[in-house]
Amino acid sequence: MNMEISRRSFLKGVGAGVAVTTLGAFGFGEAEAAFVEGLRPYKLAGTTETRNTCPYCSVACGVIIYSKGDITQGTAEAIHLEGDVDHPTNRGTLCPKGAALMDFIKAETRLTKPKVRRPGSDRFEEVSWSEALDGIARRMKDDRDANFIERNMDGVPVNRWTTTGFLAASATTNETAYLTYKVVRSTGIVAFDNQARV
Amino acid sequence: MTINVNPPVAPDTQQTIGPQDYIRRSASSVPAPARQLEPVAKLIDVSKCIGCKACQSACLEWNDLREEVGINRGVYDNPHDLTPNTFTLMRFTEWVNPETDNLEWLIRKDGCMHCADPGCLKACPAPGAIVQYSNGVVDFVKENCIGCGYCVKGCPFDIPRISRVDNRAYKCTLCSDRIAVGQGPACAKACPTKAIVFGTKEEMKAHAAERIEDLKSRGYANAGLYDPPGVGGTHVMYVLHHADKPSIYAGLPDNPRISPLVEAWKGVTKYAGLAVMGFAAAAGFVHMAISGRNRVTVEDDEEARRLAEHAPGAEPLDPSKEPLS
Amino acid sequence: MTNSWTDIRNTDLVVIMGGNAAEAHPCGFKWVTEAKANRGAKLIVIDPRYTRSASVSDYYAPIRQGTDIAFLLGVINYCIENDKVQWDYVRAFTNAAYLIKDGFAYQDGLFTGYDAEKRDYDRTTWDYQIGDDGYVVTDETLRNPRCVWNLLKEHASVYTPEMVERICGTPKDKFLRVAEMISECSTPTKTMTSMYALGWTQHSKGSQNIRTMAMLQLILGNIGVRGGGMNALRGHSNIQGLTDIGLMSNLIPGYLNIPTEKEVDYATYISSRGFKPLRPNQVSYWQNYPKFFISFQKAMWGSAATPQNDFAYHYLPKLDLAAYDVLRAFEMMDQGQMFGYFCQGFNPLLSFPDRGKITRALSKLDYLVIMDPLETETARFWENHGEFNDVDTASIQTEVYQLPTSCFAEDEGALVNSGRWLQWHWPAQNPPGDARQDTWIMAQLYQRLKKLYQEEGGKFADPILNLHWPYADPEDPKADEMAREMNGYAVTDLRDPNDPTKVLVEAGKQVPGFAALRDDGSTACGNWIYSGSFTDAGNNMARRDNNDPDDTGAYLNWAFSWPANRRILYNRASADLDGKAWDPSRKLIEWDGTKWAGYDVPDIPPTSNPRDVGPFIMNPEGQSRLFSRGMMRDGPFPAHYEPFEAPIANVVAPAIRGNPVARVFESDREHFGDAEEFPYAATSYRLTEHFHYWTKHVWVNAVLQPEFFVEISEELAAEKGIEKGGWCRVWNKRGSVHAKAVVTKRIQPLVCDGKPVHIVGIPLHWGFTGAAKNGMGPNSLTPFVGDANIETPEFKAFLVNIERSDGPATA
Repeated sequence: MNMEISRRSFLKGVGAGVAVTTLGAFGFGEAEAAFVEGLRPYKLAGTTETRNTCPYCSVACGVIIYSKGDITQGTAEAIHLEGDVDHPTNRGTLCPKGAALMDFIKAETRLTKPKVRRPGSDRFEEVSWSEALDGIARRMKDDRDANFIERNMDGVPVNRWTTTGFLAASATTNETAYLTYKVVRSTGIVAFDNQARV
Repeated sequence: MTINVNPPVAPDTQQTIGPQDYIRRSASSVPAPARQLEPVAKLIDVSKCIGCKACQSACLEWNDLREEVGINRGVYDNPHDLTPNTFTLMRFTEWVNPETDNLEWLIRKDGCMHCADPGCLKACPAPGAIVQYSNGVVDFVKENCIGCGYCVKGCPFDIPRISRVDNRAYKCTLCSDRIAVGQGPACAKACPTKAIVFGTKEEMKAHAAERIEDLKSRGYANAGLYDPPGVGGTHVMYVLHHADKPSIYAGLPDNPRISPLVEAWKGVTKYAGLAVMGFAAAAGFVHMAISGRNRVTVEDDEEARRLAEHAPGAEPLDPSKEPLS
Repeated sequence: MTNSWTDIRNTDLVVIMGGNAAEAHPCGFKWVTEAKANRGAKLIVIDPRYTRSASVSDYYAPIRQGTDIAFLLGVINYCIENDKVQWDYVRAFTNAAYLIKDGFAYQDGLFTGYDAEKRDYDRTTWDYQIGDDGYVVTDETLRNPRCVWNLLKEHASVYTPEMVERICGTPKDKFLRVAEMISECSTPTKTMTSMYALGWTQHSKGSQNIRTMAMLQLILGNIGVRGGGMNALRGHSNIQGLTDIGLMSNLIPGYLNIPTEKEVDYATYISSRGFKPLRPNQVSYWQNYPKFFISFQKAMWGSAATPQNDFAYHYLPKLDLAAYDVLRAFEMMDQGQMFGYFCQGFNPLLSFPDRGKITRALSKLDYLVIMDPLETETARFWENHGEFNDVDTASIQTEVYQLPTSCFAEDEGALVNSGRWLQWHWPAQNPPGDARQDTWIMAQLYQRLKKLYQEEGGKFADPILNLHWPYADPEDPKADEMAREMNGYAVTDLRDPNDPTKVLVEAGKQVPGFAALRDDGSTACGNWIYSGSFTDAGNNMARRDNNDPDDTGAYLNWAFSWPANRRILYNRASADLDGKAWDPSRKLIEWDGTKWAGYDVPDIPPTSNPRDVGPFIMNPEGQSRLFSRGMMRDGPFPAHYEPFEAPIANVVAPAIRGNPVARVFESDREHFGDAEEFPYAATSYRLTEHFHYWTKHVWVNAVLQPEFFVEISEELAAEKGIEKGGWCRVWNKRGSVHAKAVVTKRIQPLVCDGKPVHIVGIPLHWGFTGAAKNGMGPNSLTPFVGDANIETPEFKAFLVNIERSDGPATA
């Protein structure tokens, strides 16, 4: 049963016997003052809703992210997140992880700068994206050129790069996965794996 | 074939419930409201609850509350009790049913019951610090609270908590800010198994009746609804598999009623006390001075000590300004 | 999942075993509570712990971890003995009647052909008898002693209720009650669903755990029907997608295979993939393999993949081993054979077994690259955190790059849920600071690597230089470009084979589905099973019509479900041999005399005569397998094997330790412990308040479950003087951890083979970064050995010792 009253009318209750309550039951529909004594102002006023999917488990609950600002201008910032009542699987509900996703998005330990830890060092240092990406590409090429196995002992072409491995994610999009696949496979990396095996 | 895009939309935000819908206001009187809102209720079906704490999580997020990270004390209950930031809490009880010798893990969502006859409101000496709407919601108005703790004493369910930061009382609002725009409470929306549902009180009672029938068919002969008459019924109700023994659910009162002391406070004592409190509040030494005399719990000394530690330099807590991370 | 989350509403009996859906998948578990409330469905939970799933169950039975096969073969034995079999289904849709080669046998825990030295089988006898017509020989009367049914009957007969109790510790009366409840689902009108997760996969015989339940479901007639199925509750939001797209050592997208070095050329590679039908009239859909493979090669290498060069077959790596799985990768690192490693949203220091070995291995790398939205312990494996990460920082020479990525809220694209739904999502905010999308990072790395090879030359650069990269902005490809490429498109005009004047799909247009793919290079398709997801009609993954006619739970117009928008796999099996629904109240698809139609997309060609074409179209048999031939390394039938570390010896085969064909690296063998030194049976798991190692960074979740603990029974606590909420130490040969003790009635000692067995439960969510309290975890203790077929580590069953302690020195 979902008693959520939403602008998005959900066509059917989740199966239990109670129908969606009329708006009037809550005194809805009459124009009243927006701010009143004791009542906390409704915090989603003026926000934009964006449909997204919870990144945790495979139930893949629909979520709605409420944000302020303009994503095309680089100023969009999420302020709240709730379950999507239109979603057939979760019907607006979320588990204790999903319900706290805002604190994931805003976690103090989110990474914001590329960094490198040099051999033997006891700290990370900030680097530019170019420095980081050039450094990694250099490492990759040097290792590949030094250790790539073009042919096996029988002379058969095998094209294996066994000395660098790639562990892919479990929550990235299909599209990220596919692009990652193309890049990794083109290099001949064979130690290629993801969370599915673990 | 319908291909949907992702239209930017804004939710409806007009709040349509307000002081005109008060039926009670602490230490003061209100005019009879022009309209009667349909009474609402939250129904918590303990037999469907999986103890996942989504309700706690959703409550913290919606209300922008920041609870402290605690420790493990050998149980699943975290935090260990309700606090000024924890309006709702799963309480876990491992109970061996003497009739079947089977273990039952009883999990109850604790929090304000929104009594029809609210002991907190009746005990409150501060005008307008506690209000009751005609739909049954009992809400605290922070701005009017003087932190005296009478509401704690007046509550048969031991729910309100006084903040040591701003010395005001806090508890579940039944998400009055959401109800005012036509939405249900955040906990009920989040609840994965719909163990928590929200609607009109009549609908909730009808739904409870169906659930009780199902439970009886599964061998729970004493399944029933918890809507205790001693407090005039509540706007938060439980479906219990063992409704004959509410107290096995982490001490849910078998027959809650307002303490007779509260009735006494309603007389002269209360208003005399108010003057003292007003003075004390102004002096910034609120809680200890008052509760030392009027509250009788054994924790008072300890609380007073903590208050002395925390109060002087502490910034007032403003949940709306609390950073999310 | 063969079915979907929303289909669980249709079930009569939910069996949660090898998982804990209420805690790990609460919003999916909603459909269990719906089935209970609306259909009167029952829930059975079988678990070593009385979990939150058990707290709302109708019946709970305890089991010792690692003994699920014995339990389930016991249920199969019960069903056979008591004639609780859906006979029409078994006869029509399984290989019960197939005759097996005479050489095949099972004795003392081993099947025919075992080679102890190689820890492997010669599997040639594990196969069907083939007749002169090239098809399998069958005995429809099931009388022949060599038919699969009779071999299964004999194989399962060992697992009596008494034997189940001896091995599993499940009291006989509880086992019998469960067996009875399950066996009632053998009627066509009662259906059971199996909801399982890592409680079955994370064993040295994980694949066989799942297989045993699949066999039981076939015997009960519960595959392909509404409310039934084998429902793997996948752990992460896009594990299904990552696997579909083949991000594994041995895979090509759509479950095609990377060649082995024995497959020296395309002709050899494809000749072993003929998939000739083993029974008359069968579809054997894998006969289309060349179309999918060549379309993939065209997506990868575009115009560089030509008929003349076997569509660039030589660009692909050729494997010399079954797989370079993660355990092997870390073994190679530890042996000094691997120098670079990338972790894209992964935290192996905490996620992989034997943390001591993982730390040692990472310390031997030249370079490590981390891409993650959050801090991870792996990124900081070199940083000393006292007891929580006690390393000698200065001696670690690994260079570590930490690249900040966007998270879900800043990404666009599709995730595939457990029920195979591809659901599109949109970004709500801009990434914080300098964080960037993974696609941008991968594109940048590629462009730089390509430039280095263009400028400097180097080893076999062709596959890199010729990688097809048709994106509008080569520096930053967009999600919809990749999605279109995975769906597939016509490279040249696709003409109707029957009427070459007719163009079916113009060059450059999206193909409507995988049936349009061809093996001549005229189509390109990144992942054939996703074909149909992004057609000329638009992005079908973004569909949001939640209408569900007759409340079947199918939601055909919500998002896109692979393959071909099908919601329940093997759905032809929902109807009897004449095409009528087994259960008219749960009709899925039916034969109307000329075609199949109903609530779902039929799994077989829609005009297939019901008596001709079997439901299991991917199998050359057209039928399902109770006997799996040589397809699994450890046996055509499941058999009970103990975990590598077990509190008792294997009762049915005392000489065998663990799974006899699971791979064990020499250096790990000495770190296995035995029951004398480490008497307690430990298991690891997650809690509902947390998601792996991510949510310790989330303040709210840190509040809800702040600190690392272990769970033990009141009896063990009393024996060891451990107090509720006090500290204890848990250790074995691989490591030692301090934890708070949750002393509980929910864990009870079991009696196995006459001995008391205590269980120690170890949840996994803590580390040394994030908002929660610092803590250790089970993977300091778990063994470095995996499943015999797919190398999933044995996280769920190992041995430890435990004592009261004063807590970590640095707590």
